[in-house]
Amino acid sequence: MNPIFKHGPSPQHRLVLVLFCSALLIFFDHKMASFESVRGYLQSLVSPLQYLANTPKQFMTWASTNLTTRGQLMTENQQYRLNELDFHEEAMQLVILKQENARLRSLLSSPLRSEIKKMVAEVISVDSDPYSLQIVINRGAGDGVYEGQPVLDSVGIVGQILHVGQTSSRVILITDISHAVPVRVQRNGLRLLASGSGQIDRLIHNFVPQSADIKTGDLLVTSGLGGKYPEGYPVAKVSFVSNNESREFVRVFSTPAAQIDRLRYLLLLSEKEPQNIFAPKTHGKNSSTSDKVQAKVAN
Amino acid sequence: MFAHNGVIILFTLLIALMASIMPMPLSADAFRPDWVLIVLMYWCMALPGRVNIITAWVMGFLLDVLLGSVLGVHAAAMAMSIYIIVENHQKIRNFSIWQQALITGVLAALYHLVVFWLQRFLIDVVFLPNYLYPVITTIVLWPWVFYLLRKVRRNFSIK
Repeated sequence: MNPIFKHGPSPQHRLVLVLFCSALLIFFDHKMASFESVRGYLQSLVSPLQYLANTPKQFMTWASTNLTTRGQLMTENQQYRLNELDFHEEAMQLVILKQENARLRSLLSSPLRSEIKKMVAEVISVDSDPYSLQIVINRGAGDGVYEGQPVLDSVGIVGQILHVGQTSSRVILITDISHAVPVRVQRNGLRLLASGSGQIDRLIHNFVPQSADIKTGDLLVTSGLGGKYPEGYPVAKVSFVSNNESREFVRVFSTPAAQIDRLRYLLLLSEKEPQNIFAPKTHGKNSSTSDKVQAKVAN
Repeated sequence: MFAHNGVIILFTLLIALMASIMPMPLSADAFRPDWVLIVLMYWCMALPGRVNIITAWVMGFLLDVLLGSVLGVHAAAMAMSIYIIVENHQKIRNFSIWQQALITGVLAALYHLVVFWLQRFLIDVVFLPNYLYPVITTIVLWPWVFYLLRKVRRNFSIK
């Protein structure tokens, strides 16, 4: 069918129509944020495509994990045994320290730390859009993922959940230009804000006064102030501090602790009900938790 | 749709979408060609009655969802680039393959710049020259995609 006489609206009309649609979409999505729930459905709708697009990579990883020599496996095993020994020893300490911390906190009548639940997820796709740094993971609302949930890898904070679909969800990375994490310097507790730069290996810290005590190599950990990220997880290492005193603020850059360009397995954290002693039902909760502690000690 | 093998067109477009979100190493990722744009360009040039600006807009919208950008950004850029092809498809068909490749490059550059301008308008992104690296790979890719898709079109006699 090669029409000599054209059917339907002319290309100009079509272009005007779709550009108008685009303008409406951009306005409602960006300025009014009225697509937040629809995004979830759209994410579920396209997740088969993402899973399909991921299959070649999965095949490659499957091949590389299945084709290893016995020697390699043995050395790896050795390494894991040593690691496990180390971690076991630390874990033994950790239980005692946790109890001690809880006791001290209750003595000081400061709110108790809440327990943190973890869930493992795998990266299924990384965005090729250079303007936003986002990844897609293989967990969705069906697994209990919620918006704003903090995401980590084995060494540090990676980002937070942006949109949740049924079987997959989207994570915005800490280096995205529209993202920021409240952090503090581990050495001295100085509070900072780590804003994304849009480059995958750099965070920017704005409004750091000249008098601030900050050095290259300082570890920045989450301060827990925003309420999104739990306290004390490593975020970045300071990589550059300018010493130009004519400026009003110091320019500080840092490199994320997590290897954001080679993510594979991620941890999703979710806080259990925070046990706040200022909450109305404190007595019941406190006694029950202390009972549990007692029981654990007895065990 | 089944009558003239329109399903095959849809299939090629889905493959292009998959290729544009397939995970790649970071160094190669900057050079990822615009698969969807290039496939849409071929179909618009060959069968402007079947694939038009609306199709391009829908594909751009899907790309927006897949890439997690503000909805409508890629859709608008895709529709604008494809509009130029649709308006001039009679002329471009008669060009040699390398001239067509150059036009592809210009359109890919337009596409990336429109996306950049819209993003710049919405969030404060800064321009880096490597945003235009895909233009190079798109130019190189055009002849191969052209011959492949022409073979597909003739083989399945898509009209």
